[in-house]
Amino acid sequence: MTISIRSVEKKFGRYPALNKVGLEIADGELLALLGPSGSGKTTLLRVIAGLEFPDAGQVLFHDQDVTFASAAARRVGFVFQQYALFKHMTVAKNIAFGLDVRKGKDKPSKVEITRRVDELLRLVELEGLGGRYPSQLSGGQRQRVALSRALAVQPSVLLLDEPFGALDATVRKSLRKELRRVHDATGVTTIFVTHDQEEALDLADRVAILNQGVIEQVGTPEQVHDHPVSPFVCGFVGESNRFEGVVSGGRFTSGSVFLPATGLADGPAVAFARPHDFSLDGSGFEVRVNRVHIQGALAHVDAETADGRRIDVVTSRDQAEHFTGTVRLAARKAHVFPA
Amino acid sequence: MTAETAIAIRPTGRPLFRRRSAIPGFTLTLGVTLTVLSLIVLIPLSAVALKAAQLSPSEFLAVAFSQRAMAAYRLTFGAAFVAAVINGVFGVLTAWALVRYEFPGKALVNALVDLPFALPTAVAGIALATLYAPNGWVGSLLTPLGIKAAYNPIGVTIALVFIGLPFVVRTIEPVLRDLSDDVEEAAASLGAGRLSTIFRIVLPALGPSWLTGFALAFARGIGEYGSVIFIAGNMPFKSEIAPLLIIIQLEQFEYAHAAAIAVVMLAVSFLMLLIINAVQAWARRFS
Repeated sequence: MTISIRSVEKKFGRYPALNKVGLEIADGELLALLGPSGSGKTTLLRVIAGLEFPDAGQVLFHDQDVTFASAAARRVGFVFQQYALFKHMTVAKNIAFGLDVRKGKDKPSKVEITRRVDELLRLVELEGLGGRYPSQLSGGQRQRVALSRALAVQPSVLLLDEPFGALDATVRKSLRKELRRVHDATGVTTIFVTHDQEEALDLADRVAILNQGVIEQVGTPEQVHDHPVSPFVCGFVGESNRFEGVVSGGRFTSGSVFLPATGLADGPAVAFARPHDFSLDGSGFEVRVNRVHIQGALAHVDAETADGRRIDVVTSRDQAEHFTGTVRLAARKAHVFPA
Repeated sequence: MTAETAIAIRPTGRPLFRRRSAIPGFTLTLGVTLTVLSLIVLIPLSAVALKAAQLSPSEFLAVAFSQRAMAAYRLTFGAAFVAAVINGVFGVLTAWALVRYEFPGKALVNALVDLPFALPTAVAGIALATLYAPNGWVGSLLTPLGIKAAYNPIGVTIALVFIGLPFVVRTIEPVLRDLSDDVEEAAASLGAGRLSTIFRIVLPALGPSWLTGFALAFARGIGEYGSVIFIAGNMPFKSEIAPLLIIIQLEQFEYAHAAAIAVVMLAVSFLMLLIINAVQAWARRFS
């Protein structure tokens, strides 16, 4: 199922939650909507789901206009952050709900529903828990139930609103893998909302980055990380050190710090340099090393310039011993944007 | 290091009846609870039973299960039950309107719901009797339809509906408010229509608190006296409630007879509340 979103606008009172948003989602794609809170990512997801209706613009499913169709008519599977399970129903009843509310000849037989529920419980590795109530499950298990409940109706698109937000880090990581596996097994077009960039980059085929109701960039995780198109994307995706200064003669300068800015016009600019793009270089600028801490194969260095600005550097562990006292740093590359 | 700085850890014995808990106040709260329950509830109730025990078994049966008393029990429990059912329906609707919608005068409606709690029941009874009497505002409209709403069991039920309404509304309200939107949105996204969502998702979730409200309204209805006697007509065998029968016995200085009827009411009420509690425990099996 391909999905097209065409210049969608949505206001809550005076506050614009979505401002002329356009997005194309390919069939079978796993897309992340990434942004800080208040960026409009959840609103966009709810507009796609039919839980919220836009003030202007169009939503197309497979070239069919569904802008004002109900959630049920769109056949979307929606997974909520707080699971939204039906507490008074067993796990099996929860999963079966979407099939059970169908009427007439659309409604599968009891045997068929039971078979489907068992199949889904197997898919999310919850076999044997069909008779439990949601209150008897852990958070991770509840979210798996919510996922299989959404999948039970064989949705044309699976939408997840911060699906792992309420879970602890370990469970979150394993469920992330699980979602990828379920997506690959079912091939259903999937869109999920997150404010966790690591989650988005790790899981998605493509990432759409939203800020203040506008999509700043859409691309593969590599594209948005390595070739950010705006200062916002650069600052939001991946770690970076931010500097304000000027470009002159292909070089960005900010106090004692200088970075490469080949081919950029002269003028005030803002620059971002990734921690792992710094290395020791005799021709670089001077910093004082405050602390080095080892984390697995990497060494994190807290450095400080002469005028007191902090710079984070990440280097390989075997380089760590060279970071003592005052050293000279240079960046292999930097993302410089005219201010 | 001196001895003063060392923390003395005294081995303490294992408590006999309870596990050690970090939550304070167990002894105090349980003690106060038992004392108050004894002084206010248990001792007076056992006094009733003791008084009734002054009668011989045959006397007790004759008084407590006389035709007149049986008719009074039927009316009392029947009308209380019907009133609780009516409140069970309209209480949910009222709570729904109060929780889900904003409308002009909502604060006023909200305050009106509590009025039956505060109003002296006799005032309510007189007001209802005046309204529903054949020549009253409402009664005069019902009379042409052949409906007599006062001075009979219908009148009793009307009074009990009035008295019981806030119990259902106020127990349903917080639960309805806590029911998150996303549960209903989930149902909608799975293809459930509005009616399916209400009947299969919202109302079942309200079940346990509805039963609580129902039980409270029912219990209140059984014990209600002040408002009922003005609208009931109080005809023996027809519209005489059991509490009134007790008062009548008291006025004739037949204290043991009054106690006998009270004992029967107590036993039946207690049994019914126990059953409702059991049903509630079953209905809460999912939480």
